[in-house]
Amino acid sequence: MDSLTIIGIVSIITAGLTTGIGCMFPALAEGRAVSSALGSIAQQPDASSTITRTLFVGLAMIESTAIYCFVVSMILIFANPFWNYIIAQ
Amino acid sequence: MELSPDETIFWEYGFITINLTLVTTWAIMLLLVITSFLITRKLKSSIQISRWQYALEIIVLGISNQIKEVGIKEPKKYIGFIGTLFLFILVSNFLIIIPWYSPPTGSLSTTGALAVSVLLAVPFFGISESGLLAYLKTYLSPTVIMLPFNIISEISRTLALTVRLFGNIMSGGMIVAVLLSVAPFFFPVIMTALGLLTGVVQAYIFSVLATVYIAAAVSDKKSKNNNKQLEEI
Repeated sequence: MDSLTIIGIVSIITAGLTTGIGCMFPALAEGRAVSSALGSIAQQPDASSTITRTLFVGLAMIESTAIYCFVVSMILIFANPFWNYIIAQ
Repeated sequence: MELSPDETIFWEYGFITINLTLVTTWAIMLLLVITSFLITRKLKSSIQISRWQYALEIIVLGISNQIKEVGIKEPKKYIGFIGTLFLFILVSNFLIIIPWYSPPTGSLSTTGALAVSVLLAVPFFGISESGLLAYLKTYLSPTVIMLPFNIISEISRTLALTVRLFGNIMSGGMIVAVLLSVAPFFFPVIMTALGLLTGVVQAYIFSVLATVYIAAAVSDKKSKNNNKQLEEI
């Protein structure tokens, strides 16, 4: 195999793995966060507005890790620097 | 496939380029300025006010209440900055219901500029509230050892703000583009509706996080006084 093929194979496999693993664990974390927030709202309905706001901010924080993984895999597929280097040669 | 609207270039001369991001950003700015100018030109304080003034009052009061809930006592000083961030991101995410429109928040340069303005606004508000020395002292709290970590946290949260907004909006557009080639008639509509929801949530998150950062820089002294009062009670 020449280096172009190796770079293509490794990039695509890594991009899939990045998004796959990077979506799995944030999803678990978000599920735990939402379930505990729902439990707190059920216990204290008066504080629901504060809990909801904090939940949204926390969910965005958790979700941004998944977004980082997505951005990395998008870079690997569409703007891969190694691929561009080989193509430019 | 295009990653960002930066790659659609209309006009180029030297280092000056006019791309799609720039055009849509200016269009949204003009839209916001002209709309609010037309509404606030004839404000009334009687019982009968125009329906546009009602809408504007709801928006402004809503933003002001949200800022107050985060912990800033006088939101009037900060609503200009935070409300502008919120409205700009909200409108630019909402306009995806127009065909062939690509949101400027889906470009890394726009979100980077917004995050840098938050990065600069935090010390600006902090210094104007408590003075230069008192603000610089917050970098040394709790001990001097924490100085590099405080600086790193400033930079990393700016980076996080940038990539979060960019990634969310860009991924929405990307999913619609992928689905257009797989299942062209039904699913892109649903994903666009989901993109509207994501856009509103992201605009809210961005402005709330900016408010939290500003509140942390501004209300250090006051909150300590409040804590003391609470302890006395």
